[in-house]
Amino acid sequence: MILVIAEQRDGKLNRATWEAIAAAQQLSGAMPISIAVVGATTGGIAQELATASVAGVLVAEHAALDPYTPDAYTGACSALIESVKPTFVLLPHTYQTRDFAPLLAARIRKPLITDVTAINGTGADATFVRPMFQGKLAAQVKPQGGAPALVTIQIGAFRADAAQKGGSAAVKKIDLQIDAAAIRQKPEAPFREAKQAVDLGQAERIVAVGRGIKSQEHIPLAEKLAKAMGAEVAASRPICDNGWLPMERQIGSSGQTVAPKLYVALGISGAIQHLVGMKGSRTIVAINKDAEAPIFEVADYGIVGDLFEVAPAIIAELEKS
Amino acid sequence: MAARIVVTMKIAVCIKQVPTREWQPRLNDSKTWIREQDVSYEMNEPDAYALEEALRLREKHGGEVVVCSAGPARVQTVIREALARGADRAIHVEHDSLGSADAFVIADALAAAMKDEKFDLVLTGLQSDDQGHGQTGVILAERLGIPSSTIIMDVQVEGSSMRVKRELEGGWFQWIVMPLPALLTIQSGINQLRYATLKGIMAAKKKEIRKATVPDGLQPAQQIVGLAVPTRSKQTHMITGAPADAAKELVRRLRDEARAL
Repeated sequence: MILVIAEQRDGKLNRATWEAIAAAQQLSGAMPISIAVVGATTGGIAQELATASVAGVLVAEHAALDPYTPDAYTGACSALIESVKPTFVLLPHTYQTRDFAPLLAARIRKPLITDVTAINGTGADATFVRPMFQGKLAAQVKPQGGAPALVTIQIGAFRADAAQKGGSAAVKKIDLQIDAAAIRQKPEAPFREAKQAVDLGQAERIVAVGRGIKSQEHIPLAEKLAKAMGAEVAASRPICDNGWLPMERQIGSSGQTVAPKLYVALGISGAIQHLVGMKGSRTIVAINKDAEAPIFEVADYGIVGDLFEVAPAIIAELEKS
Repeated sequence: MAARIVVTMKIAVCIKQVPTREWQPRLNDSKTWIREQDVSYEMNEPDAYALEEALRLREKHGGEVVVCSAGPARVQTVIREALARGADRAIHVEHDSLGSADAFVIADALAAAMKDEKFDLVLTGLQSDDQGHGQTGVILAERLGIPSSTIIMDVQVEGSSMRVKRELEGGWFQWIVMPLPALLTIQSGINQLRYATLKGIMAAKKKEIRKATVPDGLQPAQQIVGLAVPTRSKQTHMITGAPADAAKELVRRLRDEARAL
């Protein structure tokens, strides 16, 4: 069987769980699928997930699972795996999964394949596609070392609305023993650094700048292009890390997720962490000196060239009319 | 595990040598790995931030910073670079097969070489720019029997415990209190990197690099059966020509075809 571990917080389901369910349905072949909901109080999530076309939903509630810690989740999930003995365990590739899935794999000494963007074949013969070398290459990998293989599904790689529904799966409670004394992390409440002054999610057009801009003194070029296009300025992570633009203008998994009418990627190579934040944009333009840059894989229009020549030429063209 | 009172800190930093960002991928004949003879290498960027954080913690609390790397002979270059930036000594787990090994093998190899050192704190980058599993640090923590926390943006050591700032999605953060010894995976941008001075480079030549061997019987957890340039998910219209012509064509298409301007 395939076990999908849902992600939830305070009884609210993370939508990426549906993407993992869609991936599980594609992978399954003849294998049945069960979804596990893990947490202190999971509310109506089990009922919500029971509408998926799956064999069953397992609810594993324990007070020690709130707030989230990698130690408690590893304890809960290893007990769950021990009791249901799946062939594959699928999880959405969220920050929470990235925190505990390697610990879980190490604890039970089973393979973990992260960041999966596609699955070839079904059942035990399946191979998993994942980016390597900053997205410059795609690797097909096979787990080694026996079942279960843990697999994390990249956000946006499978469509949540492709998950087949129409099931009325049985919901079953599972009793868990978690040793609260074994939890070594004591988390405080999540917080936001500063009020987000700019909501890039509302922008119609975005000009985003990456490492290709080379230095802070060139940022005004991107700002000028944005102004000419009626766009907001945004950036990939390294630009914000350097303090060239404020963190609140960062696009990607650690920043904002946007889907504007027009997204212009200026000197952005297109690492997966950036792509997940912008690939839903309606029209994507990529300008990069490297013809092999992964950003071109998601672009509608591409120009291979020196952005210091191309951007001024676009500004001049827009100012003409 | 009993909490350890830390007077001065013994900090390990795990670094990996990866292809440079400018490197253009070329595959080996069996298309299961890259053609290594074409590659120029550099220090994995998140590991460079982990190293910087370790150096800052040492400056604040005293102690030593030990660089640990698992890889072929070539990784000596990044070990020397880390020593030049200020690390005190190094451990090199050397074997040709480690250049393409997966996270389980690397973590097990590092754990065997590091376990007797009894480090107070182990730092790694959150993932590597080559295979990018994002697993090695956390597996290493489990093998060393110490707690871990990942994607860390601030580290405040307070006696026998520490408070660390973990990055969550979408601009959210969370402070976590945990005991020492522990392992943290460090996010890029946690600090401003320093670069090696000439004095540092000279001093690095005299610093100790302990060689360690790979334990027998390490089992990989996955096998790369194929490596390829990714297929495009979209039909990309590539616009060619001189900058002025390309700009004109792009603007025309964005107005008339995409109706995005």
